[in-house]
Amino acid sequence: MAALTKRSKVVSNKKMSFWEKIYLPAILGGMWITLGHLFTRKTTVRYPEVTREFSEIYRGKHVLKRDDEGRERCTACGLCAVACPAEAITMIAAERKPGEENLYREEKYASTYEINMLRCIFCGLCEEACPKEAIFLTKEIVKAGYERDTFVYGKDVLLEPLDPLKRIDVSKRQTPEVLEFKKDKNQRHNVQ
Amino acid sequence: MLIFKILLASAVLVMSLVVAMYSTLIERKMAGFFQDRFGPDRAGPWGLLQPLADGIKLFFKEEFMPNTADKLLYILGPSLTMLIACLTSAVIPWGPDIIIRGQAYSLQMADVNIGILYIFAIVSIGVYGIMIGGWASNNKYALLGAVRASSQMISYELAMSLSIITIVMMSGSLSMRDIVNQQQGFNWNIWYQPLGFIIFLICAFAETNRSPFDLPECETELVGGYHTEYSSMKLGFYLFSEYINMFISGAVMATLFLGGYHFPFIDKLGLSPNAFAFVSFLVLFAKITFFGFIFMWVRWTLPRFRYDQLMRLGWKALIPLAILNVLITGVVILLNQK
Repeated sequence: MAALTKRSKVVSNKKMSFWEKIYLPAILGGMWITLGHLFTRKTTVRYPEVTREFSEIYRGKHVLKRDDEGRERCTACGLCAVACPAEAITMIAAERKPGEENLYREEKYASTYEINMLRCIFCGLCEEACPKEAIFLTKEIVKAGYERDTFVYGKDVLLEPLDPLKRIDVSKRQTPEVLEFKKDKNQRHNVQ
Repeated sequence: MLIFKILLASAVLVMSLVVAMYSTLIERKMAGFFQDRFGPDRAGPWGLLQPLADGIKLFFKEEFMPNTADKLLYILGPSLTMLIACLTSAVIPWGPDIIIRGQAYSLQMADVNIGILYIFAIVSIGVYGIMIGGWASNNKYALLGAVRASSQMISYELAMSLSIITIVMMSGSLSMRDIVNQQQGFNWNIWYQPLGFIIFLICAFAETNRSPFDLPECETELVGGYHTEYSSMKLGFYLFSEYINMFISGAVMATLFLGGYHFPFIDKLGLSPNAFAFVSFLVLFAKITFFGFIFMWVRWTLPRFRYDQLMRLGWKALIPLAILNVLITGVVILLNQK
């Protein structure tokens, strides 16, 4: 029968030779190996002092983006909730009232938008599904907590801050195809 | 003289306790380094306060005693183990005489002329602490651990004593001081008795219940072996005495085989007697540290022996080898006399 992997080894129950029987050569060999490990570079990252480098496109806590004028992009279409394999996203839609044009970009918006971070698997399918480029995953880590209900993040946590200095850069998470598409001003979507 | 003896005894006791304390840290550091990580480094710089933290933790843990345990024996077990562990150091010569106000003081608590016998006597009592603790816990795992410990210790004590007989044959004395003094310079016993040294080293691993012979504890099979039912500082005593035993057995091995506090050319430095004694003590300490390193190195390299392998190794390999060693030594001594 052909071997399943290249690493498979044929074992045999042959009698041990004298040198194998007295263990000592094998023991010294093993000790030589562990001695080598004593001096190897350690893989530990000393966390509070040193943080492990994050990928540019790390998928952490979500952000609900605002557009350049500070209006919420989300139109509560629910595509993200449909796309979510963990069913972590829920939202309630509401209609934009006259005079709220500076708050919401579209006529419909999400009055509540909740992501259950205990269910979320950070796959990024929500941002892929979003037609309005409203939701993105950021480098920020979802913090640990003691209570389960603190993990349901609402708009108060997820929404991008209005302060221009605190805006969250998500350009790294946009694929080249998306960036290319955004240049096409014939699409009404791309005209702010 | 008496005051000096008391001072020396307390110094040695404190030293073995402190060394045992920091052995726990070094052991964990070593474990880390052998496994490509750093080991504890959070408590104080380089984790130097870790033993303190461990001690505080052990003191504040719940003092648990099983309902069905034999109360007296349950407490006697760890106490006895600790006591025995601290007793062994009495006959070890820690250095040459020091001179205070023209009077020579021996850096050995008791130069009994049967020093080796004393050590073996004390070490063999050591198993009682484990046996009593394991028995008194009224727990089958603890009992199994205790049974294993006693049979292992008895088996390996034979080979250990037999390997020491050759040293006694060569030196013609049972006194530790005499044996050390015959190993001046580089004239160490290990060059004459390499086989005896290896046997003694292996038996020392077994006697201190260190891996690969840690069958009495054997976390993977017996939960915790003889100390399964122990908690708080009683458990601490058991674990602690293991490290004291390690330190003392390192000292015994250094004394018997590596020339104790002797080192070549050290007497040619032209030091004053007290400085000489101090340097000699450091030499002995370095040798003990070396053995401590070996103990840890082996622990983080070798897997545990199976029980039947342990017994086969003890009875079918080490004891015959030790007897052979005695025979060879006897023949050589006889031939040299002619």
